[in-house]
Amino acid sequence: MVPTNYYIILSAILFGLGVFAFIFKRNIITIFMSIELMLNAVNLAFVAFSQALGKLDGQVFVLFVIVVAAAEAVVGLGIIILIARNRQTLNVERVDLLKL
Amino acid sequence: MLEYLWIVPLLPLLGSAINGILGAKWPNKYVTLTAISSTGLSFLCALEAVREFLESGQALSRKEFFTWIASGNFRAGFDLQADRLTVVMMLVVTGVGWLIHIYAIGYMAHERGYYRFFSYLNLFMFFMLILVLAANYVLLFVGWEGVGLSSYLLIGFWFLKKSASDAGKKAFIVNRIGDFGFMLGMFLLFRTFGTLDFQTLFTKAGSWPAEPMGHFGTFTVACLLLFMGATGKSAQLPLYVWLPDAMEGPTPVSALIHAATMVTAGVYVVARSHVLFSHSSTAMLVVAMVGCATAFFAATIGLVQTDIKKVLAYSTVSQLGYMFLACGVGAFTAGIFHLMTHAFFKALLFLAAGSVIHAMGGEQEMPKMGGLGRKIKWTYATMFIATLAIAGIPPFAGFFSKDAILFATFQSGAGDRIRTLYVLGLLAAVLTAFYMFRLIFLTFHGKPRYDEHKVHVHESPWSMRGPLVVLAILSVAGGWFALPAFFQGPDYFANFLGPVFGAREAVEAGAEAAAHQLELILSGVAVLASLIGLAVAYRLYIKNPRKADDLARSMKPAYTTLLNKYYVDELYAAAVVRPLLWLSTNVFWKATDVAGIDGTVNGIAHGAAAIGDGLRHSQSGNTRSYAVWVVAGAIVVLAVIFFWPSASKIALGLVR
Repeated sequence: MVPTNYYIILSAILFGLGVFAFIFKRNIITIFMSIELMLNAVNLAFVAFSQALGKLDGQVFVLFVIVVAAAEAVVGLGIIILIARNRQTLNVERVDLLKL
Repeated sequence: MLEYLWIVPLLPLLGSAINGILGAKWPNKYVTLTAISSTGLSFLCALEAVREFLESGQALSRKEFFTWIASGNFRAGFDLQADRLTVVMMLVVTGVGWLIHIYAIGYMAHERGYYRFFSYLNLFMFFMLILVLAANYVLLFVGWEGVGLSSYLLIGFWFLKKSASDAGKKAFIVNRIGDFGFMLGMFLLFRTFGTLDFQTLFTKAGSWPAEPMGHFGTFTVACLLLFMGATGKSAQLPLYVWLPDAMEGPTPVSALIHAATMVTAGVYVVARSHVLFSHSSTAMLVVAMVGCATAFFAATIGLVQTDIKKVLAYSTVSQLGYMFLACGVGAFTAGIFHLMTHAFFKALLFLAAGSVIHAMGGEQEMPKMGGLGRKIKWTYATMFIATLAIAGIPPFAGFFSKDAILFATFQSGAGDRIRTLYVLGLLAAVLTAFYMFRLIFLTFHGKPRYDEHKVHVHESPWSMRGPLVVLAILSVAGGWFALPAFFQGPDYFANFLGPVFGAREAVEAGAEAAAHQLELILSGVAVLASLIGLAVAYRLYIKNPRKADDLARSMKPAYTTLLNKYYVDELYAAAVVRPLLWLSTNVFWKATDVAGIDGTVNGIAHGAAAIGDGLRHSQSGNTRSYAVWVVAGAIVVLAVIFFWPSASKIALGLVR
């Protein structure tokens, strides 16, 4: 059986990569993907702890996160399409007025 | 009338209020009517009150009208009292005040702010009457400050003139120094005796033992503090500097406030507190020495002044010194006597000087006058009488009072100190005669030194001449109360004030005769002194007019020192005014106010603005920079939790 530590470390690495990409990437789509990556890193941690503690609470949270992430993807992609239409670009540095 | 004594001060207050409020829109004659009738009625009421008081035969008539301040066992009421000292003061203030009001009608006729002038002048009368009628120190202090206020307003009457408004401020500020001492004196008296009411206080104080020379007990300290107030108000060394500058005011003001009445308030306070002063030999000696030194010092400055009003101003300072000398040697009667005669002849001198200035079209410098005697005869005659009076030529008023002072000084115990005081007083008498006759000769005699085609010399109207004549009569006859004393008769003035100051110890018959002989000899000496002054002035300014200039040239250092008034103003400027100005400008204004207080207030505002400005840049709108902040925050929180668990517990505790 794989020790819980490994999951936690993997989760931390994935989360760190997500943060790194979120900060340094310019393409909105990539940033969006890095958010998904962070969410899933957290999901992994939840599942790992759920397994280690023998409780189902963590897995329930994971299901919630997946649902919210799906909803968020819908809204987020909608916004991205609007930005792409209005600005003809997906570079976040050109989108800094907090409005379209 | 005695029951309604408050009417006497109230009438001028009413006049002041009416003229102050309505006068601006009125023609001058209504203003005149209000001012003259209010003071005139006040004078009549005072006369009636005095008649009732003297007929009743009581020593003191006291009436409490209402309580003004009550706190714990302290009570200060609007209490007025009349005794014989008050009677003298009240009649001098209302009588001379009224005459000067009449004079001012003519003198101020063409001035702008005519109503303002009379409003202030009536206000002054109100406060002065409060001062002399007050039955406790607190109410007296109200009058004391009130006359200071009116004095300030009237000195600065021509406030568009910088020198006039400066002189007003100087008078007010210098008086403030004295008033500080006066208040401390009052506090000390209240602490010691628990009351500031004259009657109670003096009764209590009378039963205390007197303090010997060199002993600084309550009486000495309290008296010296009160005397400090008196030196401010009555222009004695070292606080006399404001009075000569006060001549910037209109001449009737100089006559009423800065010669006849207000400046004598200090003498009045010392005389009123004679019970306290008599308990302290030290304080008495200080009063006598300061008075004598001032009398001599101011007289020397008066020798060389060229402005006609400045000569009279220094003369006033000098004569006030005489009054304090009298009080200091215990001759309060003589001091008050001189106060009264001085009020007559000095008011007359000022009014006559005003008439001269009026005739010359505003010129005040004596070197630009000369030969006026033939053209303005009334002014000349009355001013000559006043000069004889102040110089101490018998039988004019000043002779009797000055003689009484010098005699009392000579008699008050033996010792070098007293003899020095007497000699200085006598020298001051010589100087007085000299500078007064110098004034007369320079102004009225000799050849005209002005352009006769340009200056149209004219006699003043009757409204101005009338008061001159009345005051001239008083200057002649005002001293005759003391006349019988010269023929071994009773001294009416001393007897009149006897109930206030206590009868002098009865002298044995033989000693009295000896004393009388001494008095006659001393009178002769005093008259001789005056005649010497007259003769020197005559030689220098009539017989040989060039000689005065030669003398001035040959004694140049002394002459310039006197002309610059011993550089006292410069000394004060260097020792007090400039350091104070520096301290105020640099420490209080620039360091404390601008840098400290404004700096703190503005600094907080600037700090908030600067922090906001700094933080504003974090709100760049760039989403990724927000992310960096979020991450950075998360890292900090994690770091704290890992490396500093105790702090994180505290932080969590706070959150909870």
